[in-house]
Amino acid sequence: MEKLLADSGRILLLGNEAIARGLIEAGCGVAATYPGTPSSEIGGVLDDVADKVGMYFEYSVNEIVAMEVAAAAAVSGVRSFAFMKHVGLNVASDAFMTLSYVGVRAGMVILTADDPSIHSSQSEQDNRYYAKFGLVPMLEPTTPAECKDMIIEAFKLSEKLHSPVLVRTTTRVNHARGAVNLSRPKKMQKKGVFEKDPAHLVTVPANARRDRIDQLERIKKAQELSEISPLNYITGSGSDGIITSGVSYTYAAEYIENAEILKLGFSYPLPEEKVKKFLQRKSRVVVIEELEPVIEDEVRRIAQQNGIRTEIIGKRTGHLPRAYEYTPDTLKALSGILKIKEGAQPLSSEIKLPSRPPVLCAGCPHRSTFYATKKAVGKEGAIYCTDIGCYTLGVQPPMNCADITLCMGSSIGTAGGFSEATDQKAVAFIGDSTFFHGGIPGLINAGYNKHNNLVLIILDNRTTAMTGHQPNPGTGRDYGGIESPPLKIEPLVRACGIEFVKTVDPYDLVAIEQAVREALDFNGPAVIVSEHACPLLRKKEGKLEKKLYEVDREKCIGCKICLSKFSCPALSVDNGKPLIDRTSCIGCGGCAQVCPQNAIEVKQ
Amino acid sequence: MKYGIQLVGVGGQGVLLASTVLGSAAVSEDMDAAMSEVHGMAQRGGSVQCTVRIGQDVLSPLLSQGEANVLLGFEPAETCRNLVYANKDTYVITNTVPVVPVTVSSGLEEYPAVDDIIKAVKSSGVAKLIALDAASMAKEAGNAIAANSVLIGAMSAVPGFPLSKEKMLSILLERVPAKAKDVNQKAFEMGYEAALKCLSPQ
Ligand code: SF4
Ligand code: SF4
Repeated sequence: MEKLLADSGRILLLGNEAIARGLIEAGCGVAATYPGTPSSEIGGVLDDVADKVGMYFEYSVNEIVAMEVAAAAAVSGVRSFAFMKHVGLNVASDAFMTLSYVGVRAGMVILTADDPSIHSSQSEQDNRYYAKFGLVPMLEPTTPAECKDMIIEAFKLSEKLHSPVLVRTTTRVNHARGAVNLSRPKKMQKKGVFEKDPAHLVTVPANARRDRIDQLERIKKAQELSEISPLNYITGSGSDGIITSGVSYTYAAEYIENAEILKLGFSYPLPEEKVKKFLQRKSRVVVIEELEPVIEDEVRRIAQQNGIRTEIIGKRTGHLPRAYEYTPDTLKALSGILKIKEGAQPLSSEIKLPSRPPVLCAGCPHRSTFYATKKAVGKEGAIYCTDIGCYTLGVQPPMNCADITLCMGSSIGTAGGFSEATDQKAVAFIGDSTFFHGGIPGLINAGYNKHNNLVLIILDNRTTAMTGHQPNPGTGRDYGGIESPPLKIEPLVRACGIEFVKTVDPYDLVAIEQAVREALDFNGPAVIVSEHACPLLRKKEGKLEKKLYEVDREKCIGCKICLSKFSCPALSVDNGKPLIDRTSCIGCGGCAQVCPQNAIEVKQ
Repeated sequence: MKYGIQLVGVGGQGVLLASTVLGSAAVSEDMDAAMSEVHGMAQRGGSVQCTVRIGQDVLSPLLSQGEANVLLGFEPAETCRNLVYANKDTYVITNTVPVVPVTVSSGLEEYPAVDDIIKAVKSSGVAKLIALDAASMAKEAGNAIAANSVLIGAMSAVPGFPLSKEKMLSILLERVPAKAKDVNQKAFEMGYEAALKCLSPQ
């Protein structure tokens, strides 16, 4: 971390670390987020360094709150930053769309981290459409070095235009690592003064109508700045023409020969004149971009409006795919059109290998909750409405504890719907952080509208685990020089109008099964708080008190119930009987409670 | 010159650490580096991959198929699964100790015999194979946890490797806890020696 705070030097940084460094160099005074892959590591840097560099940083309860916090700073004259994963911008979109009407005083940058190929998300939506939708200028960095530079540039642009600026990255940009040159940071300004200006800031219809015209003026000016921006440049040489942006540029630059490339860093609004002149010089231009044909469609429009007959190749012509992220190999689809660099023949093997999907960790309390819930539900079955977090992995066999997931908080809303639209039991699973983020309105709704067939299980593992163990209201706050106590879930649930609520430790399989039974029998929406700290976090913090479990090979009859029903990754098979891996077992005792022969025992 | 290393394994094995050692060593030698890492859901015990490219003007964080100079596998099935990054001249270094996925231990799928996996790797056309029991070697060095240092040591022995053995070792040792330095250094040396032996004509 010290290296990251130096005044100069050349260091190896993750894209996300370079973004955090960009904020420091730009003197960004306020930053807010809700963690989401692939943007999470930005917060990991900021919660560590914010107070050292004089920045205010917070993990907000969700993305729209983060957007609102940053917006207030920017209209008070403080540079601010809100960052989130692509679907987080859906949550924040209500504020985003109107913010583009009211504008900002100091620079405000919003980062959306898209996830082509859906490495760690529920969709691969292309958020470049948000720039067009909200009429917000957009920059797209390619490498970690550009991440840092473009964050700084985005603040300048935002101040020139009095508009928020969107910076759009993708997983391969956020999680790329490369050398970055550091420059001396600008002086940090954390406090500003809010000057009242209701004529612009209070969007009653009469004001919003005026703001709408201002917004169009701003985007027109942005168009002129894009035209002269050094972030849009031509590189390479050759007769073929390519237009590209983001990480796709690296594949084009390295794996295609004999081509001239128009690289777009300021990609909304497009530099129309530059694109027009480029098209006029080429008989054929290939547009290389991941996901949707956003640039391609604009290029086609520019060609049409200017009567340019250049052949345009891309997704609309069926040459390049819309689904999934690109790799250097994707470009092979263009052989015959462009000159693709020849590589060595790749090897392959026919041997059948087992699949290896991500799984719940050894000793994960969610596994115990799922196991006990399924036992309590019994043969009758239930509709399992799950949510966004590690526990979505409950979808895998043998748990099969996921029947539907839409978005953050949807477990409770969908369970309410099933409770009314079917006569089946609806069991919802939601994590602690997700509950605070988007679950509470759904729960108030369930109590208020009497969704009596609904059982909600709050998987309270005392952290935001999936994204790297960030704190949330339930854990209290202890970073950036600010401390606050944990918010208790049980009273909150009661305040939502829920009469049945019980907190249980899921490591006690009997107790949690019993509690779920009672909840299922209760006539009214019922909530179980299944509380046990994430062992991975405890391990990281050096606070895990490990117990060691062992299989007594005499007592074990080899039924393999522990393996097939509990499936902890610390268990493997050795000569027909289970074997516990000493390094990964954390001693939750789950497998021991599941064993009908009491053949698994604590050793230490 | 551009040099590509594909690192593959299972979440939690230290694939990420090995790739940062490579990248930091390259940058401290004033070379360019372009790397891609896995964060998020896949880290929960799933297959993970990292790419490291070093040399002049590297930009792409990913390799094309067949482009890797070195394929470093922390787990035999993962090495085999990712052979597509290798060509017949690629140095393939693999740990021979399997990490059995839950899909297998819970009885849904099968894990082939390690010998069969190694045979499959060889018959795919790999000419320069370094197969090591990194866990036993690390145990011998003092702690099974140092298995990734064995593998990093082995990689440093590859002929034509662009980073010196000394550089790799010193950057590695910067990144391990003070009390584990001796064990990791020993593990690194053992991996280095074992790789040299594998590569020398019998
Ligand atoms: S459940 Fe018990 S008896 Fe059955 S295989 Fe597992 S340890 Fe052995
Ligand atoms: S006690 Fe059993 S279930 Fe718990 S972590 Fe160890 S092996 Fe896994």
